[in-house]
Amino acid sequence: MMRHLNILNYALNSLYRRKFKTFALLAAYSFTIAVIASVLFLTHALKTETNALLASAPDLVVQKMLGGRHDLIPIQHAESINAFLGVQQTTPRYWGYYYDALIKANYTLIGAGSGSQHLDLLEGRLPTKPDECAVGKGVSMLRGAQLGKDLILINNKNMGVLYKVTGVFSSASSMFTNDLVVLTDRAIVEFFDLPQNKATDLAVTIPNKREIQTIAAKIKKKFPDTRPITKNELIKTYDLVFNWRSGMMLTLFSGAIFAFCLLAWDKATGISADEKQEIGILKAIGWSTSDVLLLKFWEGIAISLVSFFAGIIIAYIHVFSFGAPALTPIMKGWSTLFPLFQLQPNINLLHLYTLGFFTVIPYLASTVFPIWKTATTDPESVMRG
Amino acid sequence: MQQEQKKALVHRLTLTDPAIWTEARYTRHPSQADLFSPFQDAPASFDHFPAGSIIAPPPFSSEQSP
Repeated sequence: MMRHLNILNYALNSLYRRKFKTFALLAAYSFTIAVIASVLFLTHALKTETNALLASAPDLVVQKMLGGRHDLIPIQHAESINAFLGVQQTTPRYWGYYYDALIKANYTLIGAGSGSQHLDLLEGRLPTKPDECAVGKGVSMLRGAQLGKDLILINNKNMGVLYKVTGVFSSASSMFTNDLVVLTDRAIVEFFDLPQNKATDLAVTIPNKREIQTIAAKIKKKFPDTRPITKNELIKTYDLVFNWRSGMMLTLFSGAIFAFCLLAWDKATGISADEKQEIGILKAIGWSTSDVLLLKFWEGIAISLVSFFAGIIIAYIHVFSFGAPALTPIMKGWSTLFPLFQLQPNINLLHLYTLGFFTVIPYLASTVFPIWKTATTDPESVMRG
Repeated sequence: MQQEQKKALVHRLTLTDPAIWTEARYTRHPSQADLFSPFQDAPASFDHFPAGSIIAPPPFSSEQSP
């Protein structure tokens, strides 16, 4: 034990003697860990939050398809679906997209449906009249549509329509409401000039979750031109988006992993003349080969662990305190309205173990293996160079 | 507590997708989009929105194969 502590003490002093090089290595290593960990934390937190909130999404959404494309669905289908055993309620949903040419942003216009007008994350209330609306935080900020003010939108007939803002969603709900403009169902039908007997799709409530797949199959059999989307499929969609096999993970991972491989390769391809001389002197004064290897091992462990934990802490603060500002430009794409992430801290320990395994072990190997040859060579020839 | 409030909001408005990528309809609602939307602009058109390279196509397991 004392032997290890003494060698560790020597290793730390040795690193301190080469403080600038050590600091540069720590900075690069920590940065690489921070980048990879930020991606892992962000995607895991987004996936966890999305999965948790989509548990409250409709059990089944039924769309009509025409020529492989989404078409409006007759409201009469709701009565037939309601007659199926196991279906509690079928509600028409009215929603669509609106392009605001003024600020070059896309909004989602959605009907409020029936139910409570007040929500905890809504300042004000949902609209009850055709000339009222509730807006997401992003829309409110971009259009100056605060509570009590007016919002003008151009409808399908190219006429301006004025809506009074009765509610603004809080920034805590931005992940789901940032681009929303909520109108009454009747206002949506008039705005988009929808046929009176059609809706965008139908939301089906099924109390027994085990019956969802069966009822979806029954709907598909009765209405072959429809596409029932189950809640599991909603959640699976976002599993695919945020999992490592998806484009996002690979795109953001690849740069960071390549940078780290470059660092490890540079270390593994040889040691400097100063390091060779140091090892020669240590061997000459009586250090055994195993002592020299242990020294380099402790140097590698010290750098690896300090960098690993520093990188993790930086990534945690970056994602959960500041909302991942370095990653959002990559994710944002061409979106004008992009929510501020206010994610619950949620870390998958398996990700941390995997990250540690694929960074600490290769770095240790690239530190210890190049030393092997020098450590087993005659000290005199090593010192002579 | 805030998680429960968010769930109540999602349930009340029957929301199906988070409002992350608002650049196109199939990136705004990937779970609701049909397979043609990313390539709708012209024959052999590419999916040219950046978010399309991030989002994988949704699983349409409830659809019967032709």
